Amino acid sequence: MIRLQNIHKSYITGTNKLHVLKGIDLHIKEGELVSIMGSSGSGKSTLLNILGLLDNHDEGVYVLNNEEIKSMSETKAAKLRNNLLGFVFQSFNLISFKNAMENVALPLYYQKVSRKKRNSLAIEYLDKMGLKEWAHHMPNELSGGQKQRVAIARAMITQPKIILADEPTGALDSATSIEVMDLLREINQSGITVIIVTHENDIAHMTDRIINLKDGVIESIVENNKINHTESVKIPLQE
Amino acid sequence: MFDRDKWQEIFSTIRKNKTRTILTGFSVATGIFMLIFLLGAGRGLRNGMTSVFAQDATNSMQIFGGRTTKAYKGTPEGKRIQMVNDDFLNLKKSIQKIDAISAMSYIPGAETISYKNNFGNFNVSPVHDTYKEIKNFDIIKGRFLNQKDLDEHRKVVAIQDEVKKVLFPKETALNKYININNIKFKVIGVFHQSSFDDNSREIYIPITVAQKIFNNNDHIRRISFTLNDVSVEESQKIERQITYKMADRHNFSKEDKNALWIQNNIENSQTFAGLFSAIEMFVWIIGIFTIVLGVIGVFNIMMIVVRERTKEIGIRKAIGASPGSVVGLILMEAIFITAASGYIGLIAGVGLLEAINQFDIIEKVYAPAAIYFLDPQVDLGIAIGATIVLVITGALAGFFPARKAAAIRPIEALRDE
Repeated sequence: MIRLQNIHKSYITGTNKLHVLKGIDLHIKEGELVSIMGSSGSGKSTLLNILGLLDNHDEGVYVLNNEEIKSMSETKAAKLRNNLLGFVFQSFNLISFKNAMENVALPLYYQKVSRKKRNSLAIEYLDKMGLKEWAHHMPNELSGGQKQRVAIARAMITQPKIILADEPTGALDSATSIEVMDLLREINQSGITVIIVTHENDIAHMTDRIINLKDGVIESIVENNKINHTESVKIPLQE
Repeated sequence: MFDRDKWQEIFSTIRKNKTRTILTGFSVATGIFMLIFLLGAGRGLRNGMTSVFAQDATNSMQIFGGRTTKAYKGTPEGKRIQMVNDDFLNLKKSIQKIDAISAMSYIPGAETISYKNNFGNFNVSPVHDTYKEIKNFDIIKGRFLNQKDLDEHRKVVAIQDEVKKVLFPKETALNKYININNIKFKVIGVFHQSSFDDNSREIYIPITVAQKIFNNNDHIRRISFTLNDVSVEESQKIERQITYKMADRHNFSKEDKNALWIQNNIENSQTFAGLFSAIEMFVWIIGIFTIVLGVIGVFNIMMIVVRERTKEIGIRKAIGASPGSVVGLILMEAIFITAASGYIGLIAGVGLLEAINQFDIIEKVYAPAAIYFLDPQVDLGIAIGATIVLVITGALAGFFPARKAAAIRPIEALRDE
């Protein structure tokens, strides 16, 4: 599903060049539940942004769903994000002037699904999250856990192949965190690849595979459930 | 463009962000409103002034006798120049371009005019029948004096509507006899005349009658005439021609500016035309600055709006909005708001002008100014043009920041707090 080979990424801030990713090689298979761990500054969020086509890499090869990603137009990237990917953010990133249902339905607006149909689908997804009664509430009327569940519903509504979650539990208390993690596991079990960026050990240990990042390189990969045991760090591109 | 779903998305954004919508709309609406009002008021002022000054035909001239200020051929200075019928006949013959010419004499002490028990003080002016072509009268009833009245010395009179109201408050005036110096004159017409002076109450009688029965001489107080199709230069030439002719006839120096007073309305109306153009230009300058301020206002607000929406744009892009759709969203919102509020400003401006016109608001606020303000209107083309300019600038004002916002990577937009 995802294959990275020798990915480099630097940020230029003023006169300083900050080399964030220093050659990442990684293979994530379809249906995996993977976490990317690392302390702040390790490059984990940058990696997720590159995976999610929110940012572009400087060097290396990125193959997503059998398609090589390189210097594509914004419009094409937007279409791929819309069709293939779902995002869950630490700060939820719901649009404040839209209610829960409208927020969930928004990705379908960009797929030109009719208003009626996308709203009824949104209600359906909110129902799955146990938030049907909250469909017409504005984001500021919802608790953190509820907001995150709305965001997950929004990520799910396009039936993506991959869910990318950036510190999904970062702004939540531990009980709610576990709820959200259960939800993500459930989503994973339906066959969707889920990639979670976190700095919390217990969250990472709820995933199948932990990729430890340190200073822009993969330090180690821990297989929690002994799945993908044979997968090594380096995977030849021509498979 | 007319994608219903897109518009629903735009309207829902507008509905839920009332403050910024109102702010943008307000600066556009006031800009257009001020422009429309200023242009309309300028036009009203121009119309008013024109109608006031147009009471004398703009192609007319008037001559009054004066007093010499220079000794000439043995006559000392200070001689009064008294025009007579011969002067009138001479001018009538000798000036080629004359269209209509009329003399006016005066009746000493004939101010109290009566009909039955009604009486009043009015200005009685003995004139020729041609006087109606020099003054712009509206004949309301009957007719003005005619050639026969003059030739046959008929004791007839044309009265102003204001005079009719006093002498004949409850009856028709036509064919009734009024007393002027105890001599009965038959009313043959009622006319209306617009003037600076609200108190003007005029009565006209044939000059031949007045000279015969009141004055017993051939004296003339003034000669008025209109000229056909002459330039200002030509009118000045005619002015000189008249001065020379009269100087010959009455023995005064050609250089004496006070012996004869000549009022040249052709020259005056050109001066007024210049004044009006200046007023109009002034109004335009103010209007253009108002529009420029409106544009700057829209530009500012659109910059702020896009800044404020950076995060929303990031979210939209993360979940699959293309840069084009983001620009389109912001642009169409900007165009819609400026167009709608421009329209509101247009309606408000035109409405205010109409209200001033319909309810005589100036008359009620400050009556003496009312006659200088007539029929304020604004050229619809200009109004719509100004609105279109604002809409386009509103769109441009939205476009550049929107394009910038759409071009930044979603991740940067999302980091924006």
